[in-house]
Amino acid sequence: MIIRRTAQAVLIGLLGVIILPGTPPAGADETTENLRMQLVLDVSGSMREPDMNGQTRMAVAQRAFNEVVDAVPAGTDLGIRVLGATYPGDDKALGCQDTQQIVPVGPVDRDQAKAAIASLRPTGFTPIGLALREAAKDLGSGETARRIVLITDGEDTCAPPDPCDVARELAAQGTRLIVDTLGLTLDDKVRQQLVCIAGATGGTYTTAQSADQLADRINQLVDRAQDTYTQTPELVTGSTDCTAAPLLAAGVYTDRERFEEHRWYRVPIRADQELRASVSIALDRPVNRDYGILLRAVHPNGRELVRGTDAGSGRTDVLSTGLRWSAGPEDDRTDGTDQADGTDQADDTDRADDTDGTADLAGTPSAAVPTAAGVEPPPAEVCLVVSNSFAAAGAAGDAPGMPIELTVDLVAASPTPESPGLGRGWLLLIVLSLAGLVTGVLAGWLTRWWTTVWKES
Amino acid sequence: MTRRTFRLTRTGLAVGAAGAAVLLVATPAAADGPTPAPAEATLTKAGTSFLTAAAVHIDQPVRVSAATGEYLYWSFPAQAGQTSSIAATVTLADPATRSGASTWTIDVFDGLRRRQPCTAGMQAPVGSATDRQVQAGCVLRQVRAWAEPWSADPLPGTYYVRLSVTDLPEQDLGLPVQVELRVSADVSGDTSPEGGRLEAPLTPTVRQGAVLTSDAVAGDPAAAGQVSEESWWDGVVGWFSGWLPGLTSRWIWTVAGGVLAAVGGVVGFGLTRRPRPRTDPAAAG
Repeated sequence: MIIRRTAQAVLIGLLGVIILPGTPPAGADETTENLRMQLVLDVSGSMREPDMNGQTRMAVAQRAFNEVVDAVPAGTDLGIRVLGATYPGDDKALGCQDTQQIVPVGPVDRDQAKAAIASLRPTGFTPIGLALREAAKDLGSGETARRIVLITDGEDTCAPPDPCDVARELAAQGTRLIVDTLGLTLDDKVRQQLVCIAGATGGTYTTAQSADQLADRINQLVDRAQDTYTQTPELVTGSTDCTAAPLLAAGVYTDRERFEEHRWYRVPIRADQELRASVSIALDRPVNRDYGILLRAVHPNGRELVRGTDAGSGRTDVLSTGLRWSAGPEDDRTDGTDQADGTDQADDTDRADDTDGTADLAGTPSAAVPTAAGVEPPPAEVCLVVSNSFAAAGAAGDAPGMPIELTVDLVAASPTPESPGLGRGWLLLIVLSLAGLVTGVLAGWLTRWWTTVWKES
Repeated sequence: MTRRTFRLTRTGLAVGAAGAAVLLVATPAAADGPTPAPAEATLTKAGTSFLTAAAVHIDQPVRVSAATGEYLYWSFPAQAGQTSSIAATVTLADPATRSGASTWTIDVFDGLRRRQPCTAGMQAPVGSATDRQVQAGCVLRQVRAWAEPWSADPLPGTYYVRLSVTDLPEQDLGLPVQVELRVSADVSGDTSPEGGRLEAPLTPTVRQGAVLTSDAVAGDPAAAGQVSEESWWDGVVGWFSGWLPGLTSRWIWTVAGGVLAAVGGVVGFGLTRRPRPRTDPAAAG
């Protein structure tokens, strides 16, 4: 009895080992680059307004900056750039060139930074667009995300260029750049402009009405950046068809897609692997109310394998969808290929090219050729195509395209289960009990009958 | 008679012992799932995108200050059989500074960023111009152990929560808000009704991608994905996992059914036994 019970426990223990719990996402690879961040402060004439609990906006900003400089964590390269700080005249051409970096991007020298902050006096114009361009240059290019925190109390007085367009253009330049904006007034035009700048780069907009609010928010932005700046996707450019599409390994990618554009990618895959892909498209400009996104996995011969789609309306940051696909067991892949073969010639040449080109590239000529039995071998690679149904609202054009984030993962395929083999529920117990009872009664009767027969003989 | 009773008692003991063995082994396995962190310190962070979503444990309190209009992301793990519910409280800015009603929405996505429907809860509550607080909630579908790749069924892995304001007067953007959130979970019922199992949870990769050249793919099979090196032990475990269903309540039900059938058999056999006269010593004598 004990032996049997132990054996059972061992068996069940063995089964327990097999169960995998859900795990949280893994962290990104470590990088050696410091977080690079720049604060851009408006020092234009309007900062003289004493409308923040009796203090001037400038005084509040200075106090908040001092707190931020004190709180900057180690490993952060923080710079400070000002705009409208030096030119007091009325010449717009000169005033709109007025932006300087007062603290270079690097490990913070607290005394030097505080002295520079203390010397600021509200003076000139508000060339936000130019300041953003210069700030992006200060931060340089590199593998990690760059952050700009723009603090201003007034709208850009130097447009064109519209600072919102400048922000979108900077964000499209390759290095990931996020602009968070802080407004020191509740003015409608300022807010609209700052919301637009933040939205164009995936940043946030906040109003700040006191030094504490301002300092807390900047510190929060520094903290957030600290946690997340390393997770930058690889830049990739999808092509217009599958043949020339870039080959992707597992990982995170970013691309740009215009309205109603299709972007193709290819993923090499083995028969025992499952492809997982997800895509997000960011709404970095005003778009019409209703919109959609479609991600399809396509066989190199043109057959759609699976699609993921989502649609929405109204205010949102990204629209996302995803899909899973695996080849499945061999006997599921029969049929259909013979007919497809027959119609191939009638199809457009594009498709035939696809098949040939990809088969050569992957070094597996059999990928698109059905075997005699009509069993289609699994494709050596799967094409992914991302398309969208956004439409522009207002003046924002479709260039540069909207940012896409594409995640590709290859994992072991999960086979279709056989039926569980074990039962469950009260009905099962009743059926088994009745079956046992009936068997017992029958066995009893048989025994009795047999005993009687044996006795009589 | 006494002998029969004794036999039945022994059978009952065997059933109890077997059941206890199953339960003893089953209990810790069920317990380590939904509540992993013993010390639940309040999380004061939120991410701003899928990639940067802040990870929360089940039942861990979250409290962050944010700006109206921000998109706040969190992620939490879910296992097969788990029904997760999310409750969020948004403390709005002073009504004097606000100009109208705002709609707050909880969106939930799985590890593949596929939208997940809520089966209950106020997913998109509206806070009027005078409200100080808005409460939002969402109860998700029960996570299944396995689903066809073509289906949108919820699977084990990471889930994302996005809290944002989806409709508001434009001039209310940027005002400060306080957000509290809690994800709770309930694991019950049959965790694997189909008997299948997802080989890898839907946990998205966050590492940077790499564009391959065609030569690299042809020459290096590893480029097509990670090559798993299997030891003989993995092979044995794999064989068992392919052949035997995992540790589910079905084992208990089935074993109990078998025991009941055996008891039923003994009882049925007993019913047909010839009564007294045969065994009565007086009659025999």
